[in-house]
Amino acid sequence: MKAGPMKKLWRYLPALPALMLSGCTVDLLQPRGPIAEMNRDVMVAEFVIMMFVVVPTCIATLYFAWKYRASNTQAEYLPTWDHSTKIEYVIWGVPSLIIIALGAISWYSTHAYDPYRPIQTADNVKPLNVQVVSLDWKWLFIYPDLGIATINQLDVPTNTPLNFQITSDTVMTSFFIPRLGSMIYSMPGQQTQLHLLATESGDYLGEASQFSGRGFSDMKFRTLAMAPEEFSAWVEKVKSGSENLDDTTYPKYSAPQEAAPVQYFAHVQPDLFDGIVAKYNNGMMVEKTTGKVMHMQSASSAAPSDTGMKE
Amino acid sequence: MLGKLSLSAIPFDVPILVGTFLGVAVIGLAVLGAVTYFGKWGYLWREWLTTVDHKRLAVMYIILAIVMLFRGFADAIMMRTQLALAYAGNPGYLPPHHYDQIFSAHGTIMIFFMAMAFMTGLLNLVVPLQIGARDVAFPFLNSLSFYMTLVGALLINLSLFIGEFAQCGWLVYPPLSEMQFSPGVGVDYYIWAVQISGVGTLLTGVNFFTTIVKMRAPGMGWMQMPVFTWTAFCTTVLIMVSFPVLTVTLALLSLDRYLGMHFFTNDAGGNVMLYLSMIWTWGHPEVYILVIPAFGVFSEVTSTFSRKPLFGYNTMVYATCSIMVLSFVVWVHHFFTMGAGANVNTFFGIMTMVIAVPTGVKIFNWLFTMYKGRVEFTAPMYWTIGFMITFSIGGMTGVMMAMPAADWILHNSLFLIAHFHNVIIGGVYFGYIAGMGFWFPKAFGFKLNEAWGKRAFWCWFVGFYLAFVPLYVLGLEGMTRRMNHYDNPDWRPWLLIAEAGAVVIALGIVCQLTQLYVSIRDRNLPENLDLTGDPWGGRTLEWSISSPPPAYNFAVIPDIHGLDTFHTEKQLGRRAHNKPLAPIHMPKNTAAGAFIGAFAFILGFGAIWYIWWMAGLGLIGIAATMIMRSANRDIDYYVPVSEIEHNEEVYSRRIAAAQAAE
Repeated sequence: MKAGPMKKLWRYLPALPALMLSGCTVDLLQPRGPIAEMNRDVMVAEFVIMMFVVVPTCIATLYFAWKYRASNTQAEYLPTWDHSTKIEYVIWGVPSLIIIALGAISWYSTHAYDPYRPIQTADNVKPLNVQVVSLDWKWLFIYPDLGIATINQLDVPTNTPLNFQITSDTVMTSFFIPRLGSMIYSMPGQQTQLHLLATESGDYLGEASQFSGRGFSDMKFRTLAMAPEEFSAWVEKVKSGSENLDDTTYPKYSAPQEAAPVQYFAHVQPDLFDGIVAKYNNGMMVEKTTGKVMHMQSASSAAPSDTGMKE
Repeated sequence: MLGKLSLSAIPFDVPILVGTFLGVAVIGLAVLGAVTYFGKWGYLWREWLTTVDHKRLAVMYIILAIVMLFRGFADAIMMRTQLALAYAGNPGYLPPHHYDQIFSAHGTIMIFFMAMAFMTGLLNLVVPLQIGARDVAFPFLNSLSFYMTLVGALLINLSLFIGEFAQCGWLVYPPLSEMQFSPGVGVDYYIWAVQISGVGTLLTGVNFFTTIVKMRAPGMGWMQMPVFTWTAFCTTVLIMVSFPVLTVTLALLSLDRYLGMHFFTNDAGGNVMLYLSMIWTWGHPEVYILVIPAFGVFSEVTSTFSRKPLFGYNTMVYATCSIMVLSFVVWVHHFFTMGAGANVNTFFGIMTMVIAVPTGVKIFNWLFTMYKGRVEFTAPMYWTIGFMITFSIGGMTGVMMAMPAADWILHNSLFLIAHFHNVIIGGVYFGYIAGMGFWFPKAFGFKLNEAWGKRAFWCWFVGFYLAFVPLYVLGLEGMTRRMNHYDNPDWRPWLLIAEAGAVVIALGIVCQLTQLYVSIRDRNLPENLDLTGDPWGGRTLEWSISSPPPAYNFAVIPDIHGLDTFHTEKQLGRRAHNKPLAPIHMPKNTAAGAFIGAFAFILGFGAIWYIWWMAGLGLIGIAATMIMRSANRDIDYYVPVSEIEHNEEVYSRRIAAAQAAE
């Protein structure tokens, strides 16, 4: 009965990884939004499909090496055999078929979940616009429609499409909330876009995922997803504050800082984000509705209100 | 007078660096002292430092690669130790300024000065011998290439003790690497080290391309070339096409930094996206430059130790060539998260996946080479089998990230780090070590110790999985690369396991050193001596000559009648040639490479520190040496027939002795 406990141990072995992970959060496998769900499903699907080749290949490697070991003189030995058209068909064919299948998934998922593609909910909830600016080494979030802004904390309502416009006022980095899905680079003078949605309330890690210098490790933010009512209450709370973010205070708040604390701004200058982008383009910006390149000054004078250009 | 250089550039205040300096100084002085004590300076200079013999250059390249492996690995284990400590408020022992230099140096050194040097060493050792050539096409350029690589390595290591290294990652992405954000000399060290060694690599590419195209033995058509030579050929094509892109990219970055231009700056029309696109146009082919020769090694090793010809030679050649071509149409997968359109991302995603097909075919070819063979479990075969399993897994995670929708969450995570170490350690490194074990007797005339080789394998194999499987998990847990400290309790256990893995890999390196020591100590034991020049029962031409081969390699250039001619002739019992001997035309050794290297070092150091008179001196020195070398007509000699006859006779006696011993 010596083998008894050993056998038992082996039986539990497959559960070991699960055991080690229990109680941990595996962000990418526990999505909290449709985009992250898609990211995970695609990743898991690929893994499963490829296991059909990888596992047999690894087993065959070990089996062939062992079976045809030099000391096994019982095994068949074909010292000049080096070609089989049938086998060649299989070894080109099987990987090709798998790649065709994965290619199809790739085509579909890349198009259907393009980070630039707006998300539509079944009940056509109005999206929340957030302008994201990466600074040294903190994140500025501007809510242009609400006229407020925060540093290092992103509050969002659940089940509401989130439209992010992203830029950088320093080096390039990447904007990433693992549990909500896809990331996109933030680059100075460029405006990138990302569309996400949180289905569940929670406190999710947000990070810079592209190295950006000394303070990089602390360049993270909390993403607080909450019910829309709570979110409205939070907005009111921020609005009741006294800090303003405009051309005069911006230099102070955007100065390099490590492990920067959370900050709220009750008022934010409407064209602040466009100004940050335009700063690196000789003051030029792309007018969103017409796609025309125009000077920042004339753009803001042509569209004085924050409702945008009228036709 | 001294540009930016002052005493404050020397990091007296960093105990780790002072300790390292003392260590390097002690070892350096010991080596120099030993050479002086034994009176070997003349020998070293005449026979090694001025040599143009590809076999000796190969040995020097591989020694350089092994030394750089220590440096790169020291960086690696320091990073792992930092992350094992720097948890929940503990800052660890490496502040960001130091840590950021370490991870930048680790990548740069491992790719440019460990892997590239090792690869070039293997090409040097094997290619001319496999194609029946007496040297490479341009022996002097070969020596020059080595010195360019060496100077690059010296500069990058000098940054430890004078000044600082880049703190922007191994590809120094702007705008972080621009003057505005990195005003120190770190990025300049990077630029000059990589640029100077890049010249060497490009010359190597041209040299070996020409050698393979023009200098194959009569009768060796393209499809009679050994597979390793084929992979070397593909690699040289990749080098010639991609390295100029790297040179231009870094030149533009230098223009930004030195002359205030605006290619990649934030303002005035600079664009970081241009840099990413350009650097990866080089960067992706680069990984194939490294791994394709490793595929060649595995092909030779598997077929030799399975006692069978390689399964599907034609397929293997086509697969290698298609990987070579495809490697140029995948670079965008390094920045799927930059906001390109869905069509662009899909195209590059699918192209990346397509590379998995010829790569998979290769794995199956090795598999079916073992099938119905007589597999001998030598140490190189261990590395090969370990590779086949590890690389299959690494390939799979690579295909996972080739899907843009998955890459959008895996990009820049530790999952990515795990993936590329999975293929670079499991593919490139295992391959080079297998190749070193396989061809070591050819270079030195005795075999490497098997037991220590296998111990090294097990440590590396187990250590690799311990060190990098946790990184896959950490990637899935949302941990990004290049973090200096963290406070997520879920990450901690995995980082501790990874640290343990790094320690096991360290044991693997110790085993490898022991292997070298034991092998050299026991080199004269009869079971270790390679008297016949064919210790493994090899199939290709390099095994048809003595170990180590004479300077001219082949007394008589062999005639080739097909693939594995040497093996066929052995089967038929024909070994000795009976063609008349003739004097052999050979290149003379030259110090020009060493001098140009020295001046390039002066140029690089001067430019890094803005000491312009020094840089000018270096440049003039290079030009003057070039002119003197070009004007020198005394560059060749003939090996007299008597000397060839003597060597052949010695070789015949050794073969006879070996046969008598059997």
